[in-house]
Amino acid sequence: MIGFLLRRLANYVVLCLAATFLAFALASATFDPIAILQQRNPPPPAAVLDAKRADLHLDQPVPQRFLTWVGGVAHGDFGRTVTDRSVVEELPRRVGVSLRLFLIGVVLGVGFGVLLGVISAIRQYRLSDYLATLFSFVILSTPVFVLGTLLKQPAQGFNDLIGTNYLQTLGEQTPGFQGSWFASLGDRLRYLIVPTATIALGQIAYYSRYQRSAMLDVLGSDFLRTAQAKGLTRRRALFKHGLRTALIPMATLFAFGFGLLITGGTFTERIFGWYGMGDWLITGVVSQDANIVATVTLFIAVLVLVSGWLSDVLYAVLDPRVRV
Amino acid sequence: MTAAETLFEGPDAERAGPVLEVDDLRVSFPSEDGRVQAVRGLSYRVAPGEVLGIVGESGSGKSVSSLAVMGLLPDSARVTGSIRFRGRELLGLSDGELSKIRGRRVSMVFQDPLSALTPVYTVGDQIAEALLTHGRGRVSRQQADRRAVELLDLVGIPNAAARAKAFPHEFSGGMRQRAVIAIAIANDPDLIIADEPTTALDVTVQAQVLEVLKTAQEVTGAGIVIITHDLGVVAGFADRLLVMYAGRAVETGDVHEVYRRPRMPYTLGLLGSIPRLDAAQKQPLVPIEGQPPSLTDLPPGCPFAPRCPMVVDACLTEEPPLFQVDGSVDATGDGTGHRAACIRSAEIAEREPDAAEVFGAEVIGEPEIAAVPRAEREVVLDVADLVKTFTVTKGSVFKRKVGAVHAVDGISFDIRAGETLGLVGESGCGKTTTLMEILGLEELMGGSISVLGKRAAELDKAGRKAIRRDMQVVFQDPQASLDPRMPIGDVLAEPMQVHGYPAADIAKRVPELLDLVGLRREHVGRYPAEFSGGQRQRIGIARALALNPRLIVLDEPVSALDVSIQAGVINLLDRLKAELGLSYLFVAHDLSVVRHIADRVAVMYLGKIVEIGDVDAVFGAPRHPYTQALLSAIPIPDPVKERQRERIILEGDLPSPANPPTGCRFHTRCFLYASLPEERRRICVETEPALEGSGDHSDACHFARSRAVVEPMADDHR
Repeated sequence: MIGFLLRRLANYVVLCLAATFLAFALASATFDPIAILQQRNPPPPAAVLDAKRADLHLDQPVPQRFLTWVGGVAHGDFGRTVTDRSVVEELPRRVGVSLRLFLIGVVLGVGFGVLLGVISAIRQYRLSDYLATLFSFVILSTPVFVLGTLLKQPAQGFNDLIGTNYLQTLGEQTPGFQGSWFASLGDRLRYLIVPTATIALGQIAYYSRYQRSAMLDVLGSDFLRTAQAKGLTRRRALFKHGLRTALIPMATLFAFGFGLLITGGTFTERIFGWYGMGDWLITGVVSQDANIVATVTLFIAVLVLVSGWLSDVLYAVLDPRVRV
Repeated sequence: MTAAETLFEGPDAERAGPVLEVDDLRVSFPSEDGRVQAVRGLSYRVAPGEVLGIVGESGSGKSVSSLAVMGLLPDSARVTGSIRFRGRELLGLSDGELSKIRGRRVSMVFQDPLSALTPVYTVGDQIAEALLTHGRGRVSRQQADRRAVELLDLVGIPNAAARAKAFPHEFSGGMRQRAVIAIAIANDPDLIIADEPTTALDVTVQAQVLEVLKTAQEVTGAGIVIITHDLGVVAGFADRLLVMYAGRAVETGDVHEVYRRPRMPYTLGLLGSIPRLDAAQKQPLVPIEGQPPSLTDLPPGCPFAPRCPMVVDACLTEEPPLFQVDGSVDATGDGTGHRAACIRSAEIAEREPDAAEVFGAEVIGEPEIAAVPRAEREVVLDVADLVKTFTVTKGSVFKRKVGAVHAVDGISFDIRAGETLGLVGESGCGKTTTLMEILGLEELMGGSISVLGKRAAELDKAGRKAIRRDMQVVFQDPQASLDPRMPIGDVLAEPMQVHGYPAADIAKRVPELLDLVGLRREHVGRYPAEFSGGQRQRIGIARALALNPRLIVLDEPVSALDVSIQAGVINLLDRLKAELGLSYLFVAHDLSVVRHIADRVAVMYLGKIVEIGDVDAVFGAPRHPYTQALLSAIPIPDPVKERQRERIILEGDLPSPANPPTGCRFHTRCFLYASLPEERRRICVETEPALEGSGDHSDACHFARSRAVVEPMADDHR
């Protein structure tokens, strides 16, 4: 099993390279960072443009530029931006911002999603099930940028109710906030709640639908009946034997759910003014910067593959039948 | 201590009264067509240590009534009446109160062992859980684990301490059922309810599991309710019998009494509808026409009346209660004597009629060709040295071969015109693979298949298509083998269209086919869903007949059907063979059915034929130990005989075909081998025995000797 997971990891390195190369090649072939300079008024002299072109290695073929970039990445150098700043300097801060949003969103989403799905399945065709179904479909059919914008309304309503601007919907923390570590955490929480809710709601809707159907499969199963015949109360049998088994298909879904989360994250960061990786990607496209695009793509690829790997591990932990 | 505990731990728990008393139990479920009255006034009682057998067909309410006792019916079920366990009313108890009784005082063994255990916990943990749930605070984790291993050992799992740490998927079906029984007896219950405990198992494993259940009963002294559709299982195991039909008991009494003197026409028909393994001559099977009534809107009167050949006007007005049968004594006055729900039971008692007489079973003659000696008849199918190996591969990108499963390993047989060959064996023996290779007509890995003298491997595409016309198939599952979106007229026309018959001929042939299999011509526009299982199987047979084939391959054609329906389909197959001169290759695990329908039989074990020959020779005087064990494992629906039989119980499960034993493949489970002295054993381990014999009876055993394991039925039976 361990060997299998290690081999998987090795495969992933190749996949990451492939994904990054595709993004890099696509960006390099279409981006024209010099065009922005040329549009300046007065236009910069030709020598300056040439120097910039050489600086950005635009005179080299794309594969060679990619190799140069990858060579740098291996040494912890992600290249420089069009505006001649180090990519790697900005990377940790942006990764931190995005991960904070993604991880909390995913944990809340999986937790509440599973719970909602289970309740929905146990109370099938009752009012609570119908309400959960309605909620899920409304959320799933609402684009994330609409949902994010809509959520600002109740946040404002809440602030009006308590009389202070507790819930913040722009930025990650109060600019220039000074205070202890704990106070800083509290400050960040105020900015975190609404964007995280945007992410988590989508995840809850997504996982609860699948958890409901997985649980319904298990509800009619013979082993649940055996557990009750053994003397377990229905509730205990449902959780110990039913839910435990119904969690298995969720492990597979986890890998797919993460993709959904990242697309959602890009919009969410933009709407709530978070300077995370999603925001950076858009910045990169706007400033026609291949290095930023490749770096963000690499980050996303790593995240997706790690989640896929985690879902393999989870599957093996949950289901003894696949352990080899 | 809770109320339930004080009540059951008290001295009155040991009193002599019945363990279980069910009175006027009624269960109904909501459905789209109205309420389904699944159980309609069922009463019975079980004394301590007594085995009560409940038999009935699917939908008779036998399982629902037992789930009602356990309190495990879905919330939508409405349950009324009374269920008293040790004098305490169970109906109306909360889930929490019931859970203190379930698994401790009353436990249950379910039908399908493959799904009865939670896949994510080890077997040992699941047994220990039964102990820990009821002994909270009194039983430690270590004690429970130790006891779980003891229990696994008790139910006959070898190497129990190691196997307790295995997960359910690492156990075979038979072993899982043993584990479920271990859970059921863990807390030394007063009552065990076994719901079709052996239906999903192979016969040799069924025999093992029944032995385990008997041991379990001896160890716990519990009363047992065994629910089954197999009258053979009940004959050997139960003390008393309760026959259910349409949600009610229609006959009940001592097992010997009911088998010898059935007083309700349904019981009579049921006993006559099963083919007997011990029938020396072919006896006509009794088909019970029609099908059980719908339980949503029952007409007044006896529910069996529409199918009953003895029906009179009075049967249609009022549903008869259970009458005390004349001459039977209700010694205890609590309804344990012989009773039957038929207003004409006195007449039956007077005349003692035969089931065949009452139900008018048809006597089916032999086909004309049967008069011609076998050697002179045309060879319809010839299989020689057939080999089929499945390779086991590893890796997804670079597949590499890591092993091979020899599913079929060099088997040969032929089928002559007008002849039925039964191919029998346990699951995994290779009988289905053989059948698929024959139907596939593809390139073989080894050996040859010839149909009507033409070698399949040498044919081109057109030649293969022509051969398919002569060789048709009927599948096991009538539900899945018909396209639900095709009216049956189209189902029957399709093979003829494929083979380019003119439309006018097809239009003429379809009604003929319906006549032939006993369906009504008007039903040609109906969809498969509108037919019952037995009727659907008739449609499957009609489809196979459409092209006037010479050979029909039947893959377990009756195993999905209820006994009373099964008899009708077997009779139909018999009649078609006689009338149309067909040959059958009949693949089945039910040896009684094979004995009834086949002329010759081939017994397979791990990809090899171990014994082949005339059906009377093989069944009457089996020579291979495996055949002997197989035959002795099959219960005979006759309590006297069944209890006197000496049973050969095979050890363990079928070895993996990926790694079969050396020499004789059966030697690992062979009782004969086990009894041999060391020096004579060597040949079994080292040399593979050849299939040899005299006349039409060959076997593959170094030490073959005939041994009659089934005593032929006396002619004056019943």
